Amino acid sequence: MRSRLFLWVPLALFAFFAGLAGYMLTQEKSQFVESTMIGQPLPEFALDPAFADLPGATKADLTGGKPRLLNIWASWCLPCISEAPQLEALKAQGVEIVGIAIRDRPEDVANFLARYGNPYTRIGSDPISEVQLAVGSSGVPETFVIDAAGMIRYQHIGDIRPEHVPMLMAELEKAR
Amino acid sequence: MMRAVVAVLLALLAIPVLAQDTMPPAPYAYNQLDDPRLEADATALMHTLRCLKCQSQSIADSDAPMAGDMRHQVRSRILAGESPDEIRRWLIARYGDYVSYEPEVSSTTWPLFVAPLLLLLVVAAVLLRRLGKRRSDAGDAA
Repeated sequence: MRSRLFLWVPLALFAFFAGLAGYMLTQEKSQFVESTMIGQPLPEFALDPAFADLPGATKADLTGGKPRLLNIWASWCLPCISEAPQLEALKAQGVEIVGIAIRDRPEDVANFLARYGNPYTRIGSDPISEVQLAVGSSGVPETFVIDAAGMIRYQHIGDIRPEHVPMLMAELEKAR
Repeated sequence: MMRAVVAVLLALLAIPVLAQDTMPPAPYAYNQLDDPRLEADATALMHTLRCLKCQSQSIADSDAPMAGDMRHQVRSRILAGESPDEIRRWLIARYGDYVSYEPEVSSTTWPLFVAPLLLLLVVAAVLLRRLGKRRSDAGDAA
């Protein structure tokens, strides 16, 4: 009798895997590649200004005193346009935002800021995605919370929607 | 009615705006290293790294600007004397196993490597028992 039951094991295993595969098909797949640098110190970097009106950015600009946001964006990135008002809202609440412009040109950066507003205190130019790769970011826009000690505390992938603003404020508070 | 038809036709004509930059590629994105031995190291490594934008291509096969920037990192680091393994570790420290286009044995993936071995062992054990039994049955009959 025992061996009879044993015969059903392969079928049961097959049914289990078929069920699992079917279930996973209904689950939404995360398209995001998360950085594994959370809790790690921000790598050293020094980027030239992305355009004439604002200074460039170094790691030192993101450390000391208070937590800040590091916003990785580009003038050619469409979601960056939709997150511009939210960056303004964060700035209005006293958040310092340092930008890194990926593969961008000074004139395009200036145009973008003239049209959609400038929430940044500094913008570094990263023409070969060097700093982007160093912090484990895989696209634009992405926003990192950096604490006063220069530790990466949080990563927000994709554009900041209005509902994300309080969440980012809370993350900044947590990083104090 | 006519309006709706026109709207649909116009929608069909719409060309998606490409969200891509117009910057020239990084110096080593499409240029090989002068030293063929170093270039061979770099190429071998690039085939084991996943493009973060295209997900089902290695950075050696992808034309995404970010893959070009990753190839630049690989080649310039090889040129600076880093070993392929160090560069792999550097990227995996940033993006996790995901960036590896070659399966890595890690705390989450080890069952994938161990399970087939276990299955083989089970099959071998079952076979041995069966064959052994048959042989001893044959022995009894003789």
